[in-house]
Amino acid sequence: MKPPTALNSVAPEGEDTGLPWLRTWKGVYLVVIINFVLWVTMLVALTDFFS
Amino acid sequence: MSALDFVVLIGSMLGIAIYGIWRTRGRRGLNTYLKGDAKTAWFAIGLSVMATQASAITFLSTPGQGYLGGLGFVQIYFGLPIALIIIAAIFLPIFRQLNVYTAYEYLGWRFDSKTRLLGASLFLLQRGLGAGLTIYAPSIVLATVFGWPLNLTIISSGLVVIVYTVMGGSGAVTVTQKYQMAIIFAGMVTAFCLLVVKLPAGLSFTDTLALAGGFQKVNAVNFSTNVHERYTFWSGLFGGTFLMLAYFGTDQSQVQRYLSGASLREGRLGLMFNAVCKIPMQFGILLLGVLIFVFYQFEQPPLFFNATLRQYLAEHGSDPKLRAYETDFHSIHAQTNRQIEDWLKARHDGDRSAATAAFGAALTSHQQGEKIRQEAAKTLSAINSGTAASDADYVFITFILQQLPHGVIGLLVAAFFAAALSSKAAELNALGSCTTVDFYRQIIKSEATDTHWVTASKWFTAFWGLVAIGFALYAHLVENLIQAVNILGSIFYGVMLGLFVVAFFLRRVGGTAVFWAALVSQTLVFVLYFNLTISYLWYPLIGCAACVVLSILLQTFLPNVGQVEMRET
Repeated sequence: MKPPTALNSVAPEGEDTGLPWLRTWKGVYLVVIINFVLWVTMLVALTDFFS
Repeated sequence: MSALDFVVLIGSMLGIAIYGIWRTRGRRGLNTYLKGDAKTAWFAIGLSVMATQASAITFLSTPGQGYLGGLGFVQIYFGLPIALIIIAAIFLPIFRQLNVYTAYEYLGWRFDSKTRLLGASLFLLQRGLGAGLTIYAPSIVLATVFGWPLNLTIISSGLVVIVYTVMGGSGAVTVTQKYQMAIIFAGMVTAFCLLVVKLPAGLSFTDTLALAGGFQKVNAVNFSTNVHERYTFWSGLFGGTFLMLAYFGTDQSQVQRYLSGASLREGRLGLMFNAVCKIPMQFGILLLGVLIFVFYQFEQPPLFFNATLRQYLAEHGSDPKLRAYETDFHSIHAQTNRQIEDWLKARHDGDRSAATAAFGAALTSHQQGEKIRQEAAKTLSAINSGTAASDADYVFITFILQQLPHGVIGLLVAAFFAAALSSKAAELNALGSCTTVDFYRQIIKSEATDTHWVTASKWFTAFWGLVAIGFALYAHLVENLIQAVNILGSIFYGVMLGLFVVAFFLRRVGGTAVFWAALVSQTLVFVLYFNLTISYLWYPLIGCAACVVLSILLQTFLPNVGQVEMRET
């Protein structure tokens, strides 16, 4: 078996996402978080407005 | 169901299964059998991950959750986007770099054989039980509603999924899930549109939400810090993150889905697709339930949605006490309906005080109706103990059968079966893979040809399929179906996640320390579950934290053991 330290070589964040407007994975993750925050905000607004 | 419904149902189910077998014919190697042909694109992976998680229970039971409890259940998914980002950034690259078949192979690589077997055993135990529930849950609802023989429904749907999963392996699962999801989406969107059309003409979108909100059905987010409340923002965000991290990151039925991607990019994008779409999808399904609630404020709902209770009522309709419940419920509903009409008129006229008064009266009448329903349920349960099952699982199917046209009924029942088969296929595929790779190849026969491994994997997949059918034939309901599945997962997932967190982030901890820490933590979770009344969403966090902390403590007190193990690896 390989020693555990071999995993230190894992550095796939620089790999191209292949998406037209989001070239980095950090950008993709940021968009996912923004989408999540927007949904939670919408749900909070829905709760406050109609309950 | 009419002949047209049966044609739609049987045609779509068998058609997809046969297509899956045909598309994956001739695949002989273990790699292609367990991971597919390594050409799967991100969209197919995304749908496959979604289909694996969304079982028939999701589509049958979640609208009922929305009907009875409102939108609050959506909070359980608040941790999902965060969990999937962590998996895409950390878990997936490591699994792919090591080229593992199962997640538990990584535990063996990082720690030792016994820890690998422990992780795999926890998976087999909880997923093996869950697989039975996956097949039992839709079968009990559909068999009860349609009057089909329950055992025949369980066995026939179980055998269909066994045949195409055994024959086609992981590739067949992914291929069929794509089309099964198409049927599911088509069915749910059709139901949603028809429901909106069926709402009263004078009821606008804001009227609908205001009406539902007045009955506390639009309370999507609850910031309460009470740990005994099941669905809150905090339990969803923190407990939910750990639950989803454990499910998507360590459950082989999910790991196998995204490992089948053509590249790391495809796997990651498939996960991000779910991170973006899952909350809106669950919100839509819950909203469907809320709209059904609004619909039944204008139409007479049954005293019970639960088909067993309805059947009992029909058979014992001459009982004066039971008849009185039904009569009272119908008259109180008519009164509620009139008061809601008054509220709507006052609202449209801009008379706020009249609207408030009318809605207050409607609310009181509605509560009286619910009281009658509860008393009737209590009376029926006392007479017949077999009638205690939850109403939530029957709300949507009752609405479908009573309100939707033929053809659409067939499409929606096909959607439920598609969901059942898709999640079941992924589970069987994972159980077969894990048994072959982590137990059979590891313990019994370490050297053999690829053909031998594939044959063994097929036998194990069939074995688990038969175990699931056997379990389903003897399963009994615990609470609401979807909650039962989530509770079962919550008990085991925390410790499984703890094993992987230690493996990824605590390089100094060795196999023996984490092995014993996991065993003690799992015992602790069992003890807490049976003695506390906190929300089940907290148990993955507790199990994971206990495993991590105990691993560090044990490693501190057993430093020599860890060093010996590191030399052995």
